[in-house]
Order: sequence, then C-alpha cells, then structure tokens
Amino acid sequence: MIASEAVQERAHIPLAAESLSPERIAYLESLVSQARTAAAVFTQFTQEDVDRIVKAMVLAGLENAQHLARLAVEETRLGVMEDKVIKNMVASEFVYNYIKDKRTVGVIREFPERNLVEIAEPIGVLFSITPITNPTSTVLFKCIVAIKTRNAVIFGPHPKAWRCCAEAVRIMYETAVKQGAPEGVFTCLESPTIPDNAYLMRHKDVAMIDATGGPGAVKAAYSSGKPALGVGPGNTPVYLEKTADLNTAVVDIIVSKTFDNGTICASEQTVVIDDEIYDQVLKKFAELGAHVCNEKETKVLERTVIDPQTGFMQPLAVGQKAVDIARFAGLSVKPNTKLLIAPIQGVGREHPLSVEKLFPVLAVYRAKSVGEALRVCVDVNHAGGLGHTAVVFSRNDEVIRKFGEAINAGRIIVNSPGSIGALGAVYNDLVPTFSFGCGTGGGNSTTDNVNIYHYLNIKRLARRTQNHMWFRVPNQIYFNMNAVENVRQFRSLSTIVVTSPELEKIGHVEIVRRHIGPATHVHVLVIPDAEPELKVILQGVETLNSYKADQIIALGGGSVIDAAKIMKLKYESPQADLEELAAPFLDLRKRVVQFPTEKTNRARLIAISTTSGTGSEVTPFAVLIDKERGRKVTLADYSLTPDVAIVDPQFVMSMPKGLTADTGIDCLTHALEAGVSNYASPYTDSNAMQAIRLVFKYLPIAYEHPRDEEARSMMHNAACIAAMAFSNASVGINHALAHAFGARFGVAHGRANALMLPHVIAYNAAVPAKFMPSPYTQGYVANKKYATVADLLGLGGNTVEEKVSKLIEATEQLLDQLGFPRSIAELGISKEEFERAMPELVKNAFDDPSWRSNPRMPLMTEMVELFWKAYEGRGVAKLAGVSEK
Amino acid sequence: MARTAVLLNIDEKRVISALQEAGKNLTAADGETVLDFSSVRRVDASALRALEEFARVADEKAVKVVLRGVSVDVYKVLKLVKLTRRFSFLN
Repeated sequence: MIASEAVQERAHIPLAAESLSPERIAYLESLVSQARTAAAVFTQFTQEDVDRIVKAMVLAGLENAQHLARLAVEETRLGVMEDKVIKNMVASEFVYNYIKDKRTVGVIREFPERNLVEIAEPIGVLFSITPITNPTSTVLFKCIVAIKTRNAVIFGPHPKAWRCCAEAVRIMYETAVKQGAPEGVFTCLESPTIPDNAYLMRHKDVAMIDATGGPGAVKAAYSSGKPALGVGPGNTPVYLEKTADLNTAVVDIIVSKTFDNGTICASEQTVVIDDEIYDQVLKKFAELGAHVCNEKETKVLERTVIDPQTGFMQPLAVGQKAVDIARFAGLSVKPNTKLLIAPIQGVGREHPLSVEKLFPVLAVYRAKSVGEALRVCVDVNHAGGLGHTAVVFSRNDEVIRKFGEAINAGRIIVNSPGSIGALGAVYNDLVPTFSFGCGTGGGNSTTDNVNIYHYLNIKRLARRTQNHMWFRVPNQIYFNMNAVENVRQFRSLSTIVVTSPELEKIGHVEIVRRHIGPATHVHVLVIPDAEPELKVILQGVETLNSYKADQIIALGGGSVIDAAKIMKLKYESPQADLEELAAPFLDLRKRVVQFPTEKTNRARLIAISTTSGTGSEVTPFAVLIDKERGRKVTLADYSLTPDVAIVDPQFVMSMPKGLTADTGIDCLTHALEAGVSNYASPYTDSNAMQAIRLVFKYLPIAYEHPRDEEARSMMHNAACIAAMAFSNASVGINHALAHAFGARFGVAHGRANALMLPHVIAYNAAVPAKFMPSPYTQGYVANKKYATVADLLGLGGNTVEEKVSKLIEATEQLLDQLGFPRSIAELGISKEEFERAMPELVKNAFDDPSWRSNPRMPLMTEMVELFWKAYEGRGVAKLAGVSEK
Repeated sequence: MARTAVLLNIDEKRVISALQEAGKNLTAADGETVLDFSSVRRVDASALRALEEFARVADEKAVKVVLRGVSVDVYKVLKLVKLTRRFSFLN
C-alpha cells in the first residue's frame, strides 16, 4: 500500500473526496448514514412485514407506470413511452409474481434429509447504479427486490435520467415507509457525478455495489474493492435457421428490436439467416414495415450510426425511431418504417454495423450452411457481447443444442423475442430481472438474471449428520471341529481348490475333497504360500476360465485366501483394473473408484482358513505384491468378502509354535485396534471384546499344548471373530507401524505387531496431541475402552489410568509367555541401521491407510517416537502420569 | 505469377506433423493454401502452437491460408486464442 493510500485508509476518506466539496461530502455522508441506520433497523423485520410492504410498493409501481414512463422519455429523449409503461409494469407485477411466495427472512430453505437449513442475512447498504435506457423500470425492480431482502439502497442514477429515477425512488420510498419500512431505506443522488459514484463505491459503510450501467461504471464497481454485481455490453447474435416458423420469427424480431426503440441491451443485433430462406425472410420484414437497405444505403447508415473512430454506436442514435435515424442519415423510407435492415458480409471493424446498436437498426447476414451460421454467430458474440444474450429460431433440436453450446451467453432465447425474452417471465421461465449478469465474458461475477438471491447472504446451518454404519460379514460362517463337512451342501459343477504346497502335502486338500460332491469336477491349484504376485493371480484366472469354475475353495492362510479373492474378482469381472481398484481412499462411501458390479461369470468363494490369525476368511481385504515396483497393493471392498467361511480347527492343529504365536498376536492386535477404532460400534465392540478375552485365555494354552482341541478351537474362532470386528471397524496405527517395519526388515506380520503393541496401547490411551477428526465418534474414549478390556480380563485397578497400565502389563506378560523378542534391538538390528531406515519407515507408515481409523491422529514425530520405543523394548511402555509401583 | 490453391487434408491424429510438413513445403508460388479440417474434432495446445507457426510461415511467404470444414467447437477455440484473424474460413 503506498503512503497516500495508507493515509486515506486510516482517515476512512475515499480518494474521490479530493474532487468533492465539503458540502457534497456531507450530503453523501448523510445518505450513507440514513441508509446504514435503515439497514440496521430492517434486520428486525419479519417475512410478513416485508411482504406487506413489497405488495404495496408493487401496486404503487403499477399505478404510476404511465407517469414514470412519460417522465423517463421526457428526460432522456429516448425510447417509446408506451413500451416504457410495459417495462414498468413488468418490473412491478412480473417481478412480484416471481418473488411473492419466496422466503427471504429467517429460515428460507430446509433440507431435513441433509440436516441443513438456509438462513437469510441481508447485505446491508447497497449503492445501486441505474441506466439511461431503462431508468424507472430498473429503479422499481431494485426497490422491490431490496425491500423483499431487507436492504437499504442509495441510488446513483444516470446523470441524464436522474430526475425520473428520483421520482420513482420517491414513490417507492413513500409507499414503503407508509407500510412501516425504516426511514432512509431509499435515497437517490441528485445531480449525480462520477466523483459521487466513486466516493460511494469506496465508502466503508456501503456493503455492495449493484451496477446496472455502462462498462465504465461496471468496471469502477468491480475495481472498488467491494463485492459487486454488474452487467455487460450486449451484441446479440440471432440464428434464423431454415426450419424456423418464419412468420413467428420475423414478428418476434420486429417486436423485440423495436421495443422501446431497441434500448434493451438484450435486443437482436445481427440476424444470421440460412441461405435457403434469406430472400423470403427479408421480404417478410419488408412487408411488416422494415426497410431493407441496399448496398449504398448500408454504407450511408454505417457512417451515420457508428462512430468511425471508436467503432461503437453513436450515442445520439440510442433509443431513436427508425424514421428519425433514416432521416438523419439522408435515407428515403416510408413514413411508417419501424426498422432499418442492413445486410452485412462479415463481422469486425470492416463491417461497422456488426456491433451493438441500441436503436432499431438490424444487421443481417446470409449463411450458406449451419457451420457458417454458427461461426458468424460466434463472431458477433465475441464482438462485444460475450456472456449477454443470444437468440435462435429453429425447430431442429440438434441445431438449438449446438447453438447453445457454441455461444457464450447467459441467456439463450429460443423461438422468442430476445429483449423481452431475456427479461424473463414473459416468454419463458427465466427469472425476471432488469439486470443481466454476463459472467466472466462480460466482466461480471455471474451470468444470472440478478434477483432476490443476489441481494442476500445465505447462511447455512449444518447440524451433525448421522453417519450410517454397518456390520457386514459373509452370508454363512460354519465353525467348530469338522465344520468342513458343510462344503457338501454347496452344489457345483466345477470347483477349483486354491491352496499352498504345504497343505497339499500334509493332506488337508484331501480332507476337503472328501466333502465335495461326486458330480463336481475338482481341480487343485497350488500357489506359493506368500503374498500373491500378479502373475500368480492371472495364472489362477486362466485356470478358472479353462475349467469354467462355478466354485472356488480357498484352503490356506491369509495369502492363499487373498489370492483366491483376487482371482475371483478378475474371473468375474475381467475388465477390472487392479491398479485402479487399489487407489487410496479416506472414506469407503466416498471413494473415487468403485469395484465392478457387472459380472460375466459367477463363482462362489468358500474360504477355509488354516491359521488362527488373519481372519481373511471373513474380511473384505486382499493384499497382493507388485514385484515390479516392489510394493504391496491392498484391495478393500465388501465384494471381496468370501460367500462362505469355514472355521474348522482341525486345520490348525498342526500349526507350529512360532506361527501360533504370530497369528495369535495378530488376532489380538486386530481386536484391540477394532475396539478403540473411530469406526467402532456396539456390533464390532462385542466381537472385539470376545476375541480379546479368548486370546488371553486360550493362546498361551494353544502355544504350549498345540494338540489341545479346545484351545485351538477357541483361538480359531477368536481369529474369525476379531476379523469380523476389524472388517467393519478397521485397525489402527499399530498395523501401520507393523506393516512398514515388517516390510523393511522382513519381519513376520504378527511379530511386527507384537513389538509395537504395548507402546501403542500407552500411546492411544494418553491424551492426544492431535485428535483424529471423525464424524463417527463422540468424545475421546480410547482410554476408557482399554480400561473396559482390563475389567473384562479381571486385571484390577481403580482408575482408568491404572486399568490401562494393568492391560499393558498383561499384554507384555502374554508376549513374554509366547517367546516374543522384547525389542527390535533383540532382532539384531543395529541402532545405526534403524536410524538410517527411520525416514522410510515413517513415510511408509504414514502412507498406510490403517492409521486413519486410529482414535489418536499420529504426528510423524510421534511415529518416530513409537518406532524408537519399540526399538528399546518392553518395560518402557508406561502410561504417562502413572507412577511405577 | 499464377496463384494456385493447394488443398491439404489434416488428419486428426497427425495435426501437428501435418502442419509442420505443410509449413516446410509452403512456397510463395502457392497463392493460397486450403487446409481441410473436417476430420479434426478437437485441438490441443500443441496443435494450436503448430497452427500459429504455420500461419507465421504463410505470412512470411505471403500465402493466404484458408481453413475448410472447421467445426464450431474448434472454431470457438481458435476464437478464444485469437487465431481466427490469421485465417479465412470455408465450409
């Protein structure tokens, strides 16, 4: 800000004040002061108050329509009085008809299904510029709209129309105040000047400028630094296409172009006529009172009505009758000539009559094709009429559509007069207005027909919405010993059993085969027991296709079941793009990429898990490895959930100790994380709590006594139940850290989870540095939930903090019992190596979507801290604020 | 010198290379060059640059360039980047 502007800013004196006398400034200040007070008082008025006042004003407008029209013509010396009467009546009656039932005070719209309400807030004080072409009708319109929206207006009329405007304002004001409107709600500048306008435009108490005027006024409005509504210049192209109803079209054009002697800026300027009908149309124009100029006359007309220096219309011609213009140009025309028609061969400075002409002179162009016609209309549109209005006469919907797409105009009028059509509510359903927004093409902020909604600040009251939650699991889950027998109830012609080499070797596949019906063709597809690669998936899909499988049995751990899920996806929807489907998302309901629903094949997926850990038999997730890019690709969608889950403990009896421990802790982590997740619900909580209870009770037994059927059975169920919980509530930061660490250092998933778990419990239970924004939760409850777990396990403690500490202790004890290393350091990873890996670890952990449902939003620095705590090991996982006993 | 019109079809898939080639082959003897754009449904920024360059070469060689069969969508683009004034247009 330069020094002088800074001084001005402090003194609140607009720069324009330099050219105004103190008396004039005092006058302007008094207008603003009155308006400011009126606007403030007005905010208390009810809808009934404003509607009563508006109705009275509208009636006053109608009663004085003729009086004001006469004054306007007398003062401005342009237009047609009778037409101005119609304008005044449209500005009153038609506008009233549009606004009468609309709410503009208090709550104006309600959306109960969205818990959303719109409330109106007035703008305040408006400074409103009105034009010379439609002086009194614009005043009537703006007064009515202002009262309806509880705003005060200071009018800045055109200097050559201020008297008739002042009279219109007086009539509106007196009527309004008589009905109870605040005093000072309308004022009108007397003998207005440009410095007056500049002063008011920059005044701190003027909230908005509504400039219905020439380009200079509009530009000043938008440059003032205030919110503004403006209008743009028009140069309305008209396409008169060969299928149009010519009688209607010609009459409409004459009606429109001669209305008020062509002073409405939306009136037709250049009519582009198809070659096939050109002569016929001109003949009709001539029959109905138009004079079609020959070449010589056109040249004369050009020189008369267009300024050769600027290329714009001559102001003296604006709003004058055709016969007067002809006489002035020295053209000989019939006395009742209403319109002068000038054929042109192009658009631009070489064709002067191709510009805007606010008088009854119409350019016409012969077009040899639709393509040419549209190009010429685009040219006219760009020659000073962008964003304003365009007209098409046609009965060909395709032509009308193309025209609408090609032309940049806020109002595209079809088979009706342009000027009156653009006003709205007379020939069509456009909102009635006397202020045409022209969008960015015309340097405006809107293409709308300005109306009551532009005179309001609309507030939106948004109540918290109820986010619907769900609990989705496979249709059928069979559990307990020999649950695999249920396979026989499923009819199939062709079944593919997907499994790992180990399980085939130890005879598990045979067990399953025994229960598949004799009529079913069975093929066994053996795949590596590791996170599946894409090529394995595609090979599997080939197999499914060649056997035309209608059933897939996945027998294995998480990797095998995941592979089968993805094979099924690609088999049923070959066009599915796995890369695209793995796109990240924040909210499942709002995700960008949707899984395919159309399927060319269908196969039932039965998942039989052989580990008590991942619970993949009931989850909507599947992970594959992209070896080329060295990364994991996670797919997540409920369509991936197997149709049937079989939780049969006979398949886990031979799980080695290490695997028992790893998968068991994975199960516990699933349950604990689902329990405190932001997406937890009573449905997932019941599952999570049960799974936790089962793990603490049975995992040590299953670990020490692998042949204990009850322990194995309970752990197998626990894994499935925990999976049902996290399938719906998701996991948390523990998994994000474990994924990153496990991938980087090649540590098994369960083991990686175990190293983080006690530290994560302490972390989540502490007061967060940053809360996770989540519409699903109310308040921070993670610590209380951990305390509930401690109660469930009978760990003791009196306060929440004590209970959480007990839970951490119990978890550490369990991990010790299962022989887990106490720290990352114990794995033989040096501090230096861990330090070097840290940036990568944190980046990958933060990129992992798992933490997004965590109750506490992790900062990267906190992730670093947690990694280091896991490095140092157990015994340091203390809840902040509780002293060590 | 007799002025002849040269007609060149512009393939939508090869707009840039077609214009570049046409520019190289342009001589002052070609009084007028007509570029047939009827198969071009859309143009990108590179094509606009190529067209502008072609217009510049044509100006240098005093060759009039006529664009034929330009769709209104493409015409609108040319209008917005102010290229229409460099050419004449035919149906």
